[in-house]
Amino acid sequence: MIHTPSVDWFALSPSLAALAAGGLCLLVAVLTPRWLLRPLAAFTCALGCLGAVVAAALLYWRSADPQGVIADAVSRDRLAALAQIIVAGSGLLAVGISYSSRTRQEHVGEYYALLATAVGGMAFLVSANNLMTLFLGLEWFSVCLYVLCAVEIDVVASLESGLKYLIVGGVGSAVLLFGSALIYGSTGELGFRAIADATRAQHLEGDALLLVGLAMLLAGLAFKASAAPFHMWTPDVYEGAPSPVTAFMSAATKTVALVLAMRVLTVAFPEKEQLWTVAVAVLVCASLAVGNLAALVQRRVKRLLAYSSISHAGFMLIAIAAGNQLGGKALLYYLVPYSAASLGAFAVVAARERELDAAVTLDNLAGFGWERPLLGVAMFSFMLGFAGFPLTGGFVGKFYVFSAAYERGWTWLVIVGVVATLVSLYYYLAVIRAMYMRPAAELGLLAPIGGAPPREIMLTASVFVALVVNVGAFFAVQPIVDLAKNAAASIPL
Amino acid sequence: MTGWLATILVVLPFAGALVVWLLPLNRFAAGSLALLVALAEVAFWINALTRMDFDRAGSTPNFDQHATWFSDLHVSYHVGFYAFSFWLAGLAVVVMAAAIAYAFWAGRERARAYFGLMLFLTGAVVGVFAAQDLLLFYVFFEAMLIPLYVLIGVWGGPGRLGATVKFVIYTMAGSLLMLAAVIVYGLSRGTFDLIQMAPSGSHWLFLGFAIAFAVKAPLFPLHGWLPDAYRESPPEVAAVLSGVVSKAAIFGFIRICFGKFPGPFDDFRVWILALAVAGLVYGSLLAFRAPDVRGVIAYSSLSQMGLITIGVFAGNAAGFSGAILQSVNHGLITATLFLLAGAIERRLATGEFARLGGMARGRPALATVLMATGVIALAVPGSSAFAGEFLILAGIFSTGWGWTLAGATGIVLAAMYMLRLISAVLHEQPGRAVSEGVLDLRPAELGILASLVGCLLALSAWPAAISGHSFERSADTPVLQELVR
Repeated sequence: MIHTPSVDWFALSPSLAALAAGGLCLLVAVLTPRWLLRPLAAFTCALGCLGAVVAAALLYWRSADPQGVIADAVSRDRLAALAQIIVAGSGLLAVGISYSSRTRQEHVGEYYALLATAVGGMAFLVSANNLMTLFLGLEWFSVCLYVLCAVEIDVVASLESGLKYLIVGGVGSAVLLFGSALIYGSTGELGFRAIADATRAQHLEGDALLLVGLAMLLAGLAFKASAAPFHMWTPDVYEGAPSPVTAFMSAATKTVALVLAMRVLTVAFPEKEQLWTVAVAVLVCASLAVGNLAALVQRRVKRLLAYSSISHAGFMLIAIAAGNQLGGKALLYYLVPYSAASLGAFAVVAARERELDAAVTLDNLAGFGWERPLLGVAMFSFMLGFAGFPLTGGFVGKFYVFSAAYERGWTWLVIVGVVATLVSLYYYLAVIRAMYMRPAAELGLLAPIGGAPPREIMLTASVFVALVVNVGAFFAVQPIVDLAKNAAASIPL
Repeated sequence: MTGWLATILVVLPFAGALVVWLLPLNRFAAGSLALLVALAEVAFWINALTRMDFDRAGSTPNFDQHATWFSDLHVSYHVGFYAFSFWLAGLAVVVMAAAIAYAFWAGRERARAYFGLMLFLTGAVVGVFAAQDLLLFYVFFEAMLIPLYVLIGVWGGPGRLGATVKFVIYTMAGSLLMLAAVIVYGLSRGTFDLIQMAPSGSHWLFLGFAIAFAVKAPLFPLHGWLPDAYRESPPEVAAVLSGVVSKAAIFGFIRICFGKFPGPFDDFRVWILALAVAGLVYGSLLAFRAPDVRGVIAYSSLSQMGLITIGVFAGNAAGFSGAILQSVNHGLITATLFLLAGAIERRLATGEFARLGGMARGRPALATVLMATGVIALAVPGSSAFAGEFLILAGIFSTGWGWTLAGATGIVLAAMYMLRLISAVLHEQPGRAVSEGVLDLRPAELGILASLVGCLLALSAWPAAISGHSFERSADTPVLQELVR
């Protein structure tokens, strides 16, 4: 007889809620009349994400003591729960952003099914507690995203984006899997905590196999977090994928990859701290340099934001590189306004795309701020947030991240971050300049389409929520930091 | 209510800005609401002035108010006014009210956005002077940049885009270094509360702060952003930028560079004084050679900021008092001059001296206001600027007579460029752009300018109102010692 572990269904509830919604969306896709398909599928998906948020919130509340459940394959702790809230919240906003996009009618059900399933996979991944569940979760959501990127099958760029993501993502996953195999080969353990114990017990600190495994694991996660030098896919995929999908990817994928990286590194490899903090710091410098310098010359806003997301991977990796309690707090705080701003910025791009039926560039953004005041102001605040200006959560996030680096004693990393921020100002302000300071008539580029811009209540509502989170995070620092502090306490920083 | 006055002064403009942005007002309503808020701000300041305890001893500033913002790093919302910062805040609210009134009268496009940003700027500037928490200070210091960027970039002249890029990159380069310094200093002290933070002797931290302030002032040779920004701004924004925003740097020099880094302050004193003198002379020469009205005012600002910096880095009571008095003087003078430049450009569509001249004839109000301001600006004895400059020179004399001589040279040069400005605009033959039909100042313009000049005249009558009520409580200088804690 096979021994079956007892299953803590509550610990899995966020994943299950999203997964159930995914299944329901597929049923909706075949069972409902066409006119009802879009609203019902979107509603089901939103409900699933909302359920995941609520479940994760309950989980956060009831999981003060971190513990491994289901044969120690899944960790039930506040770190996972907080990341699940961010991911499922991103999914919820992504539904709103997707709602009025011109996806082909016949694929709408599948689109939302994939979105909900991706949320489920991400929620599962952040609670992964051994190398198997890690890989399972990673592939689970990645496969969904590969398809979502290519969902616009009429658009060559979308197909290209899907294919690129599939191939490069496949390489990333393979590297990660191989790294996991090496780690298992070296320590004979799969569980994160067991790996740490085995390393200590068997004195494997200098083991070459383990080191290579760790390096490959880190590289695999850096692929997903789009940190340089593993970022090559990011601009193309972000640009080609449908904007709502890009919005979701940029917020949620980054969240899970970074949270997981922090969990794996601190739980499984505390003995190697001196090593991986330096390795992560190298990733930081590469990401900040590549992301910021390449973004300077972009004209297409989605590409610009893609490079900006690479640079933000760098900023958030500073928190991981710090390897201290403050760093854990900093990362989790940073993720909140960052996710909101990232979702919101791509949502605004999506709105402009639908208005113009063309790729959004810095030139055809001219006058946008005055035409759509709410979206314009929101975009303004997202750009300021990315650039780390006060009155947005981005400022406090950067402040915490730099503080964490200083607390480790790496003042040089603070200086690197500060210089990177300075460079980034140029292109973030370029977006604001394009929206507000260059009248469309002056450029003579924009062919008027006629009529009022399309009313997109769901998209506008999502952008508004993102704006509230982005600005609110600046004023309500204490509550978010308390959440982050409790979450960071569940891993041994 | 007394306890709340600092908070009210900081929050009221922000609240006004939100209301102006959110309510669907027309141009007139938005402008009058903004003006109303700005005047209410002045009224609250005057109210605070009557309740201000200039002889306040003890550890807390006036209207001290404190609330935790995030506790793990000991950052708080902490505001309050020292006597000297209170005068700077007064300058800010008065000049902002005048600028908003002028903009209302001149009529700006997209009025709601415009007036909201002006009020936002008011709140940020007052916040800088009120902040008693280092991170809060940084927040307000940065927050000033957001409205300025948009105000210049949207409503500025044809070269506005280049001007804003330069302005923002220069200022942010300084202030991001300051952010690094803020983090290092705050975490090493375990608190960001300015009153509790122990002074530091670190040269690097001092430079991190000093460079940020030197860019903002600006101090030679970090003034590269100045001519473009002052030329391309709308006149009232240029008035605010040179009159008020630059004083945030003076405040920072005194409150942080002197108050928290007394050792490095002494070590770098001579270097900064040398830069300040260079700026004073260089700015004056450029002002003398500038081809247009705004150029003269812009470079005269550079030279005046150099003079004020000399006062600060004299490092004694006379120098500090003179610097504060001269800051207020310069703020009022330069605001008046920029608004006058705006009035001239509005009428003639140019500010180039080659096309100006002879405007005094038939335009008595314009001539009188320009003449009065110019005469005060060149520091004739009896004017408030004379008192301020005298105190600064007296303060620096203890460092060395050579510094005083250099400062005095700057004052002579000031007379040269100011008289050149006056005669090029008012006297000589009527220029090509000046026709018979060009109007004198309208009553609204005259009202705005006259109230600024009125403040200057009042200060000329009693300069000790400021210089005697900024730092000196007794023969010794306890406030200064209090700052260095």
